[in-house]
Amino acid sequence: MTPLPVPTTGPSQEPRSFRHPGPPTGSADASSGTVRRAPVIQGTVIADRVYRLTLVFFALCIPALLLLIFVVVGSAGWPALHHFGFSFLTSSAWDPVNGLFGAAPAIVGTVLTSVIALVVATPLALGGAIFLSEFSPSWLRQPLSFLVDLLAAVPSVVYGVWGMFFFLPLLRTSVMPFLRDTLHLGATPFFSGPIYGPSVLAAGLILAIMVLPYIAAVSREVLVAVPRSQREAALALGATRWETIAGAVIPYARTGIIGGVILGLGRALGETMAVTMLIGNRHELSASLLAPGYTMASLIANEFTEATTDLHKATLMAVGFVLFVMTLVVNAIARLLVRRVSEVRV
Amino acid sequence: MSVALSSTGRQGGSTKRLMRRRIASVVMVSLTCVAAAIAVVPLIAILGYLLRKGAASLSLSFFTHMPAPVGEPGGGMANAIIGTLVLIGIAATVGLPVGIGAGLYLAEQRGSRLANLVRYLADVLNGLPSIVMGIFAWEFLVRPFGHFSALAGGAAIGAMMIPLVTRTTEEMVCTVPQSLREAALALGYPRWRTSLQIVLRTALGGIVTGVLVAVARVAGETAPLLFTAFGNQFWSLKLTQPIAALPLQIYVYANSAYDDWHAQAWAGATVLIGLVLVISVIARLVTRARFGGGHD
Repeated sequence: MTPLPVPTTGPSQEPRSFRHPGPPTGSADASSGTVRRAPVIQGTVIADRVYRLTLVFFALCIPALLLLIFVVVGSAGWPALHHFGFSFLTSSAWDPVNGLFGAAPAIVGTVLTSVIALVVATPLALGGAIFLSEFSPSWLRQPLSFLVDLLAAVPSVVYGVWGMFFFLPLLRTSVMPFLRDTLHLGATPFFSGPIYGPSVLAAGLILAIMVLPYIAAVSREVLVAVPRSQREAALALGATRWETIAGAVIPYARTGIIGGVILGLGRALGETMAVTMLIGNRHELSASLLAPGYTMASLIANEFTEATTDLHKATLMAVGFVLFVMTLVVNAIARLLVRRVSEVRV
Repeated sequence: MSVALSSTGRQGGSTKRLMRRRIASVVMVSLTCVAAAIAVVPLIAILGYLLRKGAASLSLSFFTHMPAPVGEPGGGMANAIIGTLVLIGIAATVGLPVGIGAGLYLAEQRGSRLANLVRYLADVLNGLPSIVMGIFAWEFLVRPFGHFSALAGGAAIGAMMIPLVTRTTEEMVCTVPQSLREAALALGYPRWRTSLQIVLRTALGGIVTGVLVAVARVAGETAPLLFTAFGNQFWSLKLTQPIAALPLQIYVYANSAYDDWHAQAWAGATVLIGLVLVISVIARLVTRARFGGGHD
């Protein structure tokens, strides 16, 4: 056992309540022993109290920071929200010279890219997570989960650089023509029109690559938390490996998996740099996924430093506020779902 | 497991149906394998492409030289690398005390109402879009002073560190055995000294690792710096002035029209991803050494 330094004047023989309910009772108890020792106990109680209050202060910094962001960004965007009213969310006008702003294209673009990302990433992430938690040979499990974690840690701007110089040319020369011409999806409005490269589709696909590790990591954690007995019971009833997973494991983990997907949605909604570099940045509502667009985050990133009028700045702040509220709601829901599952485990 | 399956076959009667179920099972299982493989492809593509491109443009002068003017090959990002280090320093000053303090609180007061609320909000804060943090920091720390500054940028990414550090600190402190705490308290240690000198010190290795991971995460953040640190083409260490940062420089160079600058952007991206890679590997090794890797 490691020797612990014993405080020389410490009241080590004093019976002490393990957890101070509060100084009045604690110190009254202690000081009833010997009068000489009372000041030391008193000092300890005060020091403990100061320490605890310091920790409470730091802990309270987190709610305070969230509140501060809400108030500061909200009040900075208020002039624009007040000026345009509800049409701010529905108008697609963007005329800085005449002071006409509407966030509709950016909001639609944000939702659209995020939906593309989830549709592409969720099956892959879920499949990967199932593989990792159920089938993967143990020598492969560690390196694979490490790779997935690493993918989550790659900075957004690096994805952007890779997207601009590698992914975009690939999309432009092969994937997009394939979708539009070979599969004849060009007949639908969603894949019609000229191929530029930078587009809603490109942004959605890079987002898919970026949120995949998040969804996979959360799903894997939730799947691992499913009790073994659940699997064993299904197998004992004669279920095949897949039936065990589909019938006994996934239903048990469903809430957590949905939480993980929503968490990915939160990431996708707020992702900035890679999207800004791949979406083409154009204020236009277009049905075609091959056309350039805007997301709220890329709109702010692109125009904020160039916004000269107060209304323009306030508008971008308002866009930021809408984005903040959206991600707040999404994250709040996701965390509730994921938390509930992990509490079951404990 | 195979025992369970074969016993089904014996009593199952309809072998055709069993065959179908088995085939469905095999198909689905292999589909998950395919999904896992596809999920890993982008990372390998990114790493491979970066290493190829980055190795071509990365050299010693990248770390020691200032950016070269357009049209002049060579040059480096010395100012941006130093700038990023300065920003990380500011961020750590802002984020570490709050993060570690809050994490300690969460671990020590586990289950209290405030702790549950703070933990929940820390997770929500973790999902805050970085661009929102950027405009917040601009409104709060740039606009009142009338100019971009390294301090505002560092504070913005420092705030992003807080939830990450809080949660790792909590997790690591919770792994400290309760008996250690009890031993210290039984010896008459005050609670605050127990917390700081016994519990925190025991968990220090894990916390340092968590801090490193948080640093790697925010070192690559670009969006919060766009309107705060702003970037700087010149050598500057003044905290009240705009300062260069590696991710910002990469963004600007990648968006430029010059091949030389594109090469520089690649080199910068390689350095960033190298940083993330090294820190992740260290974190992995440290946690495995501490906790034996296997469980959980």
